[in-house]
Amino acid sequence: MTSAGRTSATPIRRDSPPGFDVEKIREDFPILRVMAHGKPLVYLDNAATSQKPQVVIDRLREYYRAENANIHRGIHYLSERATEAYEDARAAVARFLNAAEPREIVFVRSTTEAINLVAQSYARPRLQPGDEVVISAMEHHSNIVPWQIVCEQTGAILRVVPINDAGELVLAEYERLLGPRTKFVAMVHVSNALGTVTPVRRIVELAHSRGVPVLLDGAQAAPRLPVDVRALDCDFYAFSGHKAYGPTGIGALYGKASLLEAMPPYQGGGDMILSVTFEKTLYNVIPFKFEAGTPHISGGIGLGAAVDYVSGIGLERIAAYEGDLLAYATDALAAIPGVRLIGTAKEKVGVLSFVLEGVHAHDVGTILDREGIAIRTGHHCAMPVMQRFGVPATARASLAFYNTRAEIDALAAAMHKVRELFG
Amino acid sequence: MSDLRDLYQEVILDHNKAPRNFHRLEGANRTAEGHNPLCGDQVRVYVLLADDRIGNIAFQGSGCAISKASASLMTASVKGKTRAEAEALFHAFHKMVTGEGGAAFDAGGLGKLAAFSGVREFPIRVKCATLPWHTLRAALEGRQEPVSTE
Ligand SMILES: Cc1ncc(COP(=O)(O)O)c(C=O)c1O
Repeated sequence: MTSAGRTSATPIRRDSPPGFDVEKIREDFPILRVMAHGKPLVYLDNAATSQKPQVVIDRLREYYRAENANIHRGIHYLSERATEAYEDARAAVARFLNAAEPREIVFVRSTTEAINLVAQSYARPRLQPGDEVVISAMEHHSNIVPWQIVCEQTGAILRVVPINDAGELVLAEYERLLGPRTKFVAMVHVSNALGTVTPVRRIVELAHSRGVPVLLDGAQAAPRLPVDVRALDCDFYAFSGHKAYGPTGIGALYGKASLLEAMPPYQGGGDMILSVTFEKTLYNVIPFKFEAGTPHISGGIGLGAAVDYVSGIGLERIAAYEGDLLAYATDALAAIPGVRLIGTAKEKVGVLSFVLEGVHAHDVGTILDREGIAIRTGHHCAMPVMQRFGVPATARASLAFYNTRAEIDALAAAMHKVRELFG
Repeated sequence: MSDLRDLYQEVILDHNKAPRNFHRLEGANRTAEGHNPLCGDQVRVYVLLADDRIGNIAFQGSGCAISKASASLMTASVKGKTRAEAEALFHAFHKMVTGEGGAAFDAGGLGKLAAFSGVREFPIRVKCATLPWHTLRAALEGRQEPVSTE
């Protein structure tokens, strides 16, 4: 780390990928024109939630304006239209993940609900006392606590694969932990606290070679990387709409049809049944078996619009653009004296967690906020990661494909202000 | 940066860098722990209470500049005070940082604690400033469970 000013210390390494017109893309996101504390908003909290393109906002409006009805149960015109739109959205999500069939996509509230569903419906009936569930040391709380609950319920044991100082999964330890008692692996695809991309293909391969099914938490990966569940061969894949340029309150669980079919329902209610008598209820087919009650119809439709929008730009191009911006931002932060990056994995995407010597992350956050820059500070729902790196909290800037180098420059300039203020 | 200078006044920056009474207190007869889950601030307050008077006080913990400086300045200002006097200071301090006292609030009685007047412009930081105080009150009341700002 040098103390030289950013402009001279950070050569532009590469040009933006050809054909990626970020200024044009920014026009798709009306919120980016908001002023925060009198400054142009610099939104770098995308790992918490992403902003929504106009097409998604319009789609939600259009649904409520001209299509709103309950689905799967009406015989009237609107109900048919709403049902069709909702099922089209399911097909769009299936395409987005390259699932074999739309019925392998269960609409859920979020990644959190998807993981709880798998923990309760898939794992719980299968786990015996002494069986083991394997997760990693960089999971979000939502991929820890559901497994702790199911372990408590069944007497199974939670095993945690460690990470190294760069924030990478220690694959040899993972292999060692996979034993005769391992019954399930639940692993993050991209860490929200560190940006690490885990070697998911290898993780699945190693588990499958021992007959162990795998769930991948794709909350951060799905908006950033091309995801092909068939190529990965994972058994379950979870992501949230709101982090993938779609609405809040909607997410998707991909599950292999054969597994979903063998699982009992997660919740009971309307829509998830074929027939009900007080003696016996016949459950509906997948995915409806897992979608009790009136779902978040507009949310599902909005998510469909979001994944189509993202696919229209292309995940490869998005990943390339964000990768370039990440490299630029990494250099910019590293050039600030006293900054230490937490999470320096070789395979990494759009998340920069950092601490500034002598200044608490919370103070960094407040000062940046007054410059119009939105970042997150705290433990990022990954307290074990903070413990692993011996910090109470980090500041986290997380990127999206609408962020620019100029915004990174603004971040760096504001960081210099933080240093100035704290002398 | 003027409003930031109002928040991070020199006194606050100084106490953040060099907190006073920042250690474990041997012989303390009252202690409590406080926690702000939102930002991970953690503070433990030790009090030696004798004849209803705060004979000695110290703290340990980790947190942002506001919470650390608040703990430091709190210990300095309540040392030697009776419980009732400390309680009165807390109420005045609380009024100031939440803005309840209005713009005309007179921070005169608060001495150096008046440095926290800028906090009222930063509502999400109020909890940082008040955490040490809530923890002190828990210690004085002999409460066992940790204090949480949530
Ligand atoms: C890696 C990861 N997993 C799971 C979640 C939980 O997502 P949600 O809150 O949308 O359920 C998040 C959200 O921060 C995340 O980053």
